[in-house]
Amino acid sequence: MSHFNSNLAGHTIDSIRAGLLAKKFSAEELAREALAIAEAENPKTNAYLTLAPERALSAAKAVDAKIASGEDPGALAGVPIGVKDVIVTRGLRTTCGSRLLANYVPPYDATAVIRLEQAGGVIIGKTNCDEFAMGSSNENSAFGPVRNPVALDRVPGGSSGGSAAVVAQGTAVLSLGSDTGGSIRQPASFCGVAGVTPTYGRVSRYGLTAFASSLDHIGPFARTVRDSARLLHVIAGRDEMDSTSAFAPVPDYVAALDGNVRGKRLGLPKQFFDGLASETGDLVMRAVDELKKLGCEVVDVDLPHTQYAVACYYVIATAEASSNLARFDGVRYTARSSSAGTLSEMYRLTRGEGFGAECKRRIMLGTYVLSTGYYDAYYLKAQRVRALVARDYARALEQVDAIVGPVSPFPAFKIGELVDDPVAMYLSDIYTITGDLAGIPCMSVPCGKTREGLPVGLQIFTRHFQESEMFRLAEAYERATTS
Amino acid sequence: MITEEEVRKVAELANLALGEEEIARLAKDLSGVLAHVDKLNELDTAGVEPMAQVLFDAEDTATLREDRERPCLSNHDALANAPAAGAGYFKVPKVIER
Repeated sequence: MSHFNSNLAGHTIDSIRAGLLAKKFSAEELAREALAIAEAENPKTNAYLTLAPERALSAAKAVDAKIASGEDPGALAGVPIGVKDVIVTRGLRTTCGSRLLANYVPPYDATAVIRLEQAGGVIIGKTNCDEFAMGSSNENSAFGPVRNPVALDRVPGGSSGGSAAVVAQGTAVLSLGSDTGGSIRQPASFCGVAGVTPTYGRVSRYGLTAFASSLDHIGPFARTVRDSARLLHVIAGRDEMDSTSAFAPVPDYVAALDGNVRGKRLGLPKQFFDGLASETGDLVMRAVDELKKLGCEVVDVDLPHTQYAVACYYVIATAEASSNLARFDGVRYTARSSSAGTLSEMYRLTRGEGFGAECKRRIMLGTYVLSTGYYDAYYLKAQRVRALVARDYARALEQVDAIVGPVSPFPAFKIGELVDDPVAMYLSDIYTITGDLAGIPCMSVPCGKTREGLPVGLQIFTRHFQESEMFRLAEAYERATTS
Repeated sequence: MITEEEVRKVAELANLALGEEEIARLAKDLSGVLAHVDKLNELDTAGVEPMAQVLFDAEDTATLREDRERPCLSNHDALANAPAAGAGYFKVPKVIER
């Protein structure tokens, strides 16, 4: 019996809930089918690193038991979900895309994982990503690149490439990713799915392997804006295990999806349209015109420090990373160099043999900018520039309800195309990095495809904790342009 | 420009063993990235407070939680991923010669 053909792409949280409650299928049947689909389809993309049949079936059976006893099975009942492999899962291997953690089995669950399982979500597996979430193409995984399900010779984006790919490919209905400098929105745009970076602090990072703590976020991927809003609602909210998680109450995001965006003021930053691939710019402008037709008013806004964002980010993020990655030293986690005789050799060789090229590059850059004589010139300077970038957004968002623009200057590039040019690769993050620096909510919603069939994303930024406004705009656009 | 000598020094600070090829490559890559980072010096940031964290208005006690006992990781769980463990401890190569 097959309810999903060859993939899960036709299904949403609501359709699965309806199917379960109408007894068209059980959560267990669905989980078995999702696992079979993931196993059959995964070799095309390498998007999953680990499948979790035992965990998935036990979660699904719990959902079935709740339904049988008349209990509410939860907001994500039976929904197959992929979790980025930088988010820890108790008893389920979590590699962070690194050789160093090839056999690491965490002793605890991340808070976001606990919350989605409590809501009846079914974790199908762990998704591939750039090593320790460092990359824009998913080519930095120690377990091989992920191929974009839309065009298999192209990258899915990064660093949450696997999480974007499993949703686009239909081997999961939802997934969790992490975003430090665009790592959710850019792969969402490359793969043609919705990807959300919530306000800094909106979702607990407890159990997210730290990359750059002042910038790290966990956020959802889904095929529809509505599903991304539902998943965020489940994982958001204060967690005493993460002191940076916000106390602000979590509103009912789905209630905001009323399609009514008449009179909303949208800001178009001119700095986001310099040096943009022309087709990307055309598609984004078409989306903006669509929002105008829905009654939005579009005005120009100025984000004068945009051109400094990448430089600012690569100082702050690498500085924080050099500190956060110091814990991988061959003592507590899985890998240790076999050729070390002394303690200091053990540290140096374990890290030298274990980290991939991009992680080494960032650890080195971060160590350099924090080292004696350079701290003020680089690190403090970058923190001051960060304040200027954040101020740009605060000022612009005083005049408008949301800022809209492209996600990436170009659509998915070919595997290998940018791998030898770190600066060019870093510059591809120019429009996403600013959202992380400012800590504001932002998302990518699909806005069409190029003539070659490559997806492009529209990016929407709103004020701190105004995710509802962001979802309202994204869903109104999605509603007007699909079906 | 970052020299190979500087790369070696930073690698020591970062506890990273690097091969000769990696050192040459990193000198080139880091020089490229830092040349881009120098762009930051175009900006006058005198009087701008460094932004170390995204902070929101919260009550004074927002980051404090109730001080109560709760279970922590067991010794067994904490050591389960260690490459070398024994007698309830992490084991490392000998630090001090007897």
